[in-house]
Amino acid sequence: MAEISYRDAVIRGIAQEMARDNDVVFLGEDVAKAGGVFKATVGLYEQFGPLRVRDTPISEQAILGAAMGAAMTGLKPIAEIMFSDFFAVCFDYIANEFPKSRYMSNGQTKCPLVVRTGNGAGSRFGAQHSQSVENWCMMIPGLKVVAPSSPVDVIGLLAASVRDPDPVIFLEHKSLYATKGEVPDGEILDTLGTAKVLRQGSDCTIVALALMVSRALAAAETLKAEHGIDCEVIDVRSLVPLDTQTILGSVAKTHRLFTVEENPRLCGWGAEIVSIVADEAFYDLDGPPVRITTPHIPLPAADILEDIVLPTPARIVETIRKSLGS
Amino acid sequence: MATAKDRAQAPAGSGLNDDIGEDKRLALYRSQVRLRDAEQRAYDLFLQNLVKGTSHLSLGQEAIAAGFGEAMVKGDLSFCTYRGHAHTLARGVPVEKVLGELMQKDNGLMRGKGGSMHLTSEEHGVMGSYAIIGAHLPIACGAAWRAQYKGDKDVSVCFFGDGTTNIGAFHEALNFAAVWKLPVVFVCENNLYMEYTPIADVTAVEHPAADRASAYGLERIVIDGNDADVVYRAAQKAFAKARAGEGPSLIECMTYRHSGHSRADPAKYRPEGELEKWKERDPIKIYRERLKQFGVSDAKIEEIETSVRKEVDDATEVCKAAPMPPLDILTTDVYADGGWAWRN
Repeated sequence: MAEISYRDAVIRGIAQEMARDNDVVFLGEDVAKAGGVFKATVGLYEQFGPLRVRDTPISEQAILGAAMGAAMTGLKPIAEIMFSDFFAVCFDYIANEFPKSRYMSNGQTKCPLVVRTGNGAGSRFGAQHSQSVENWCMMIPGLKVVAPSSPVDVIGLLAASVRDPDPVIFLEHKSLYATKGEVPDGEILDTLGTAKVLRQGSDCTIVALALMVSRALAAAETLKAEHGIDCEVIDVRSLVPLDTQTILGSVAKTHRLFTVEENPRLCGWGAEIVSIVADEAFYDLDGPPVRITTPHIPLPAADILEDIVLPTPARIVETIRKSLGS
Repeated sequence: MATAKDRAQAPAGSGLNDDIGEDKRLALYRSQVRLRDAEQRAYDLFLQNLVKGTSHLSLGQEAIAAGFGEAMVKGDLSFCTYRGHAHTLARGVPVEKVLGELMQKDNGLMRGKGGSMHLTSEEHGVMGSYAIIGAHLPIACGAAWRAQYKGDKDVSVCFFGDGTTNIGAFHEALNFAAVWKLPVVFVCENNLYMEYTPIADVTAVEHPAADRASAYGLERIVIDGNDADVVYRAAQKAFAKARAGEGPSLIECMTYRHSGHSRADPAKYRPEGELEKWKERDPIKIYRERLKQFGVSDAKIEEIETSVRKEVDDATEVCKAAPMPPLDILTTDVYADGGWAWRN
């Protein structure tokens, strides 16, 4: 057991899989000799060599296209897109190519690859380097979408993603890279499509993802200490496949549902979860499900503006307190 | 239209040079006739409302798919466009599998789940037909990267039209392939029109592919795409280079589309007489004469034509009689577990 950073967990997760399987190769911009702009791939080039860890030009279409061609013909590529905002310049592969080739070919074509990317706000980078694009990906049949919140989940879910036979979008939160957590020694392998109950509670269920998980947990502590509200906190971890049973089970116990989402409000992932709960557990609910989200605006650069636009522990506390009428 | 200079640069000996040999020449002729007849049949079936959706024919461009197809060996990989019937057939995929897919029948290559624009037959090395312009050039790079990494000797061949040369993925892929020295061959079929607009009206250089080659450190190659011998030789040369680890090639093949862009296009934008002029250089007509120059008998030529026609006729009947796909395939193969479940 050791305490390591989320950033070092990325390195360890990739290294674990590359050491296990020679067919795992890694490509992206500045990922090899430079060790990545977020320093999340330092040492891989030295450990695995220039044939397996490759720098690319600034060509996001070439990166994802090459990953797909390699995956179709037998490799298990990990491709890095530096900022998830850049998905917009290579979205053809994410929306049209990776997820549809198997279906269109009636099962002939395989596409076992992972696209890692830096997602999310908090770095004061402005509207084109801060977005949470999980909802862009979640809506596409054929993709899997994963977003870990802790170092141990980074390693276990990255390993599961690399070993998964489908294309996986792996969203690393930029504001979590420096955070630390306990990680066991040895190989770590998790399971996609499993949510985690991080805090047991009886008064309401808070469902969160990535950076929002720690904020939901902080809010839950305040709600308990200052308002006597006992929250259950669930880390979704994987939007596709989606572990609805854990969420439905929790709502059956607490009778209230709150989602905490960093993506902008319209069509955010929480809307789907609220819809599922409304469809399947309406009579478990004692009040309306409530979504706590970033508003429907582009993200501002200034720290004072960015800090208030994302859901904060204070906003989560206030929303839940008012909604529960205490 | 290829200039006189281009023709002078084309590999020598399209005349009575016997480097190709009779067996391969007969195969090249058979392939071209087969592509022509199958696609003409697809058009006829469309007129009978039996081909659904869209279809994009390569009538007039057969020498390119046939020339490359005959130069490729088992294990080489084809990446095609939505105008990909010919390139798929040229790898030996049965006519009935292609027509069946065009007719969206259960016997089609993908049982109707892909349609005309996405023909795929991995067992024949046809790694898909891509309907988003330029998408497959980087994908072909990736397959070539795998060959390089694994030490495999196969070549990835990527076919596309002149219009593709103006999209970003073309340039990203060319640079990427050149820098990584990948065993990939990019084949531009310049049929003079990007969909409905003359390519010259929207492109800064005369030869949309070849005149960009130098930007990626590649040789400028323009060939007569209506002469299957010329195409076959160019393919062999590029494949040898790729297999030797010497990197990619970009080959611009000058040709002409006898039909419109897609089934909905009567191609009225073409100047009067242009089609007729190109039909004089019909690749099948050229090649029939070539065979005669080499002393192949009329009877042998007719035997090829007759047997191809029978294959196409038989395939047509099989497809007409084939059932529609069953509804239960609707939700299969979304994910690798064979199903479509996204939640528990």
